[in-house]
Amino acid sequence: MNKSHNTPFLRIAKRDSIKWWHGWLIRLAGLFLALVVSAIVIYAIVKLNPVKVYAAMFEGNFGTSRRLWVTMRDLVMLLCIGLGLAPAFKMRFWNIGAEGQILVGGIATAAVMIYFGSSMPTWLLLIVCFIVSCIAGAIWGFIPAIFKARYGTNETLFTLMMNYVAIQLTSYFVAIWENPFGSNTVGIINQQTQAGWFPTMLGQKYLLNIIIVLALTVGMYVYLRYSKQGYEIAVVGESNRTARYIGINVNRVIVRTMMISGAICGMAGYIAVAGASHTISTSTAGGSGFTAIIVAWLAKFNAFMMILVAALLVFLEKGAIQIASQYNLNDFASKMIVGIILFFILGSEFFTQYRLIFRHSREVK
Amino acid sequence: MQGSKASVCMRDITKTFGSVVANDRVCLDINKGEILALLGENGSGKTTLMNILSGIYFPDAGSISVDGHEVTIRSPKDAFDLGIGMIHQHFKLVDVLTVAENIILGMPGKGKLDLKAVGEKVRAICQAYGFVLDPEKKIYDLSVSQKQTVEIVKVLYRGAEILILDEPTAVLTPQETEKLFNILRNMRKAGKTIVIITHKLHEVEEISDRVVVLHRGKFVGSLVTRDTNAAEMTNMMVGRSVSLNIKRPDPVDPKPRLMVKNLTVTDKDGITKLSDVSFTANSGEILGIAGISGCGQKELLESIAGLQVYESGSIIYIDPESGEEVPFAGKDPREILALGVMLSFVPEDRLGMGLVGNMDLTNNMMLRSFRKGKSVFTDRKTPQQLAGNVVKKLEVTTPNLTIPVRRLSGGNVQKVLVGREISSAPTVLMTAYAVRGLDINSSYTIYDLVNQQKQNGVAVIFVGEDLDVLLELCDRILVLCGGKVSGIVPGRGADKNEVGLMMTRLKGDKDNE
Repeated sequence: MNKSHNTPFLRIAKRDSIKWWHGWLIRLAGLFLALVVSAIVIYAIVKLNPVKVYAAMFEGNFGTSRRLWVTMRDLVMLLCIGLGLAPAFKMRFWNIGAEGQILVGGIATAAVMIYFGSSMPTWLLLIVCFIVSCIAGAIWGFIPAIFKARYGTNETLFTLMMNYVAIQLTSYFVAIWENPFGSNTVGIINQQTQAGWFPTMLGQKYLLNIIIVLALTVGMYVYLRYSKQGYEIAVVGESNRTARYIGINVNRVIVRTMMISGAICGMAGYIAVAGASHTISTSTAGGSGFTAIIVAWLAKFNAFMMILVAALLVFLEKGAIQIASQYNLNDFASKMIVGIILFFILGSEFFTQYRLIFRHSREVK
Repeated sequence: MQGSKASVCMRDITKTFGSVVANDRVCLDINKGEILALLGENGSGKTTLMNILSGIYFPDAGSISVDGHEVTIRSPKDAFDLGIGMIHQHFKLVDVLTVAENIILGMPGKGKLDLKAVGEKVRAICQAYGFVLDPEKKIYDLSVSQKQTVEIVKVLYRGAEILILDEPTAVLTPQETEKLFNILRNMRKAGKTIVIITHKLHEVEEISDRVVVLHRGKFVGSLVTRDTNAAEMTNMMVGRSVSLNIKRPDPVDPKPRLMVKNLTVTDKDGITKLSDVSFTANSGEILGIAGISGCGQKELLESIAGLQVYESGSIIYIDPESGEEVPFAGKDPREILALGVMLSFVPEDRLGMGLVGNMDLTNNMMLRSFRKGKSVFTDRKTPQQLAGNVVKKLEVTTPNLTIPVRRLSGGNVQKVLVGREISSAPTVLMTAYAVRGLDINSSYTIYDLVNQQKQNGVAVIFVGEDLDVLLELCDRILVLCGGKVSGIVPGRGADKNEVGLMMTRLKGDKDNE
């Protein structure tokens, strides 16, 4: 018999619910700690003044009017994909195929722009592009959903594989649409006529992107929170058996929701091609289909919270690029700083749920 | 035999979960070689207290000493080192492994695993206490009571001197319970100390030497069993005096309401779950369904509710207004409702099927009604009012309507579920294990609600596991055995032993035994 055990040094206990301001206080403390720790790292490793580095990150995001608008453009892009993923993840359908859904939406848009650019007025082109990109994305969402509903296939693997199919498809179309010949790129589509490009509004190229995505944000918030379909999604996500018990057709909800999810991601491809880059390549999605998963989850599928999360992620990314170029750092140093900040902010979520109890002491925040 | 020296002393044990105080400065002595019953309602902290002793939880405050030495129990392994083992209500066994493999699972060992030696030792333990167990059998081939035996042997194999059993009889038939009690008596003879957690009074009276009562996380008292009686224990447990009789009003104008004919269900592995089941449920009457667990009650109710695919058979609803026969075999719950069949179903798995644990009361009330109306948006006002009404009428203890239902206690969860199901004015009400895990107070609330429905002319189908309750509450009892109907007996004047026997073998098979 062993009697020499000590009380454990550290124990973790789940919190009862906490007040909302308490939660934000914890998150703020996390942000503060992040800045302090990365300041130490910055100083220790690259011998720079941390305050200047932080200022540079700001500079990179908001330094000029052009930078500000580019930041906004990237923000709404990420937000749009996050909004597309939200219903699928709320249903606990692990859609990691946003990359592919964006690409097929982009291909559809590019195809319309290339083949009908001269035969349709721009307003009609924009609408047709919008519709076909949504349809393309919806198909990319439908395929894994129907297999999941019918045969119970694993949607994580399936949607992931669909990404590679979409990438290969993109390569194929890039080869067909190659311009100029031999460049292995599509080049800027309709550079002369700007047919199918988002129009400049109030002197701003990206204003329409922002308007579309903000409207979508409100729509998704209302859809998930107040509509009958949104309620069905929540029930299916929480418990398949409860959904069946009350007569929800689970398979139909899965297919319908994934088509919506795919359609919105396809629309993100439309915004990327017609509203931003005016070209298509295998890097059109550029990994934001995965980053957006963080956006959706961290915001707990609250569309308005997603704006904040997407803003944070875009801010960090732009800031990292800026400090890398301004101080001639290599990529890794700036990414380290971003990593530290993300670590603390995500880590603070843990402390909103749990508290620590140290040996011989009262509870600690 | 009853040594006065306490082998375990728990002093001022306090444990809180968030704002809930599960144990509030509880003191408990366990004497060597006794059978101690730990009695209390749900949420009174019995299981928490024993989880602390067996190393699952760590107390916030208080001290434990074993054989006079103060100890710190940080994990189940620490508890085993001190000779304390717990048999949990939900078995923790690996289905695809054999009995012997499960028994040695997690134990340290060197070199080659000698399953033969393990088997020998298991057999020796079985012989010593009167278990019947084959160490080479796979867990999935065992019945529930055999699985429980494995859990007990597992603890004995690790050399436990103090055994804690958490509501061990909840899953057993009367005969199996009797066997278990005999084994427990054998263990006591061999000098083992046993703690049995329960809220069934007759079991306390039958098996224990001493009983300790907890109420709302606090120690209420310790009694010598032979010096006390059921009424005294109940009063201590509930905190006030209650009547222990279940009311059984006469049936109200019974007419056939639901007819099940030749129902046969085969699961996806081809195993027959129900075979040729036929019966009629009458309005204004409670039809009890008795049977050991896994004999097809779940499949029967789910078939009627439209959740189970069945091979053959028909289910017919007789409309109380027009007298029309409405067959609804093979329809899903939504289609059944569309046919005008007012069917309510309180399933066994409350939080996994009847309710959504993570949603609040209002959202859970909405489950049944959210489709109403043409709007694409949900109506939240009506369900919110309903939630308020249910909370008020059924005395649900909840801080507010926006708390996730999984945070409510078991009895309150059940009140929310039953409240929702009867709110739609059903004509058929099915309940599966409606009082499982509920304390005396909540159980009687549920019995009253079911009786009210019966007096309103509802056809009630009541699946239960406690035979005493079925015999007191139901007008007729249908006994299932291995998916077949072994008989339908009237509730008034039925003999408990006879029903118990019908649960384990079909009437015609008597001679084979």
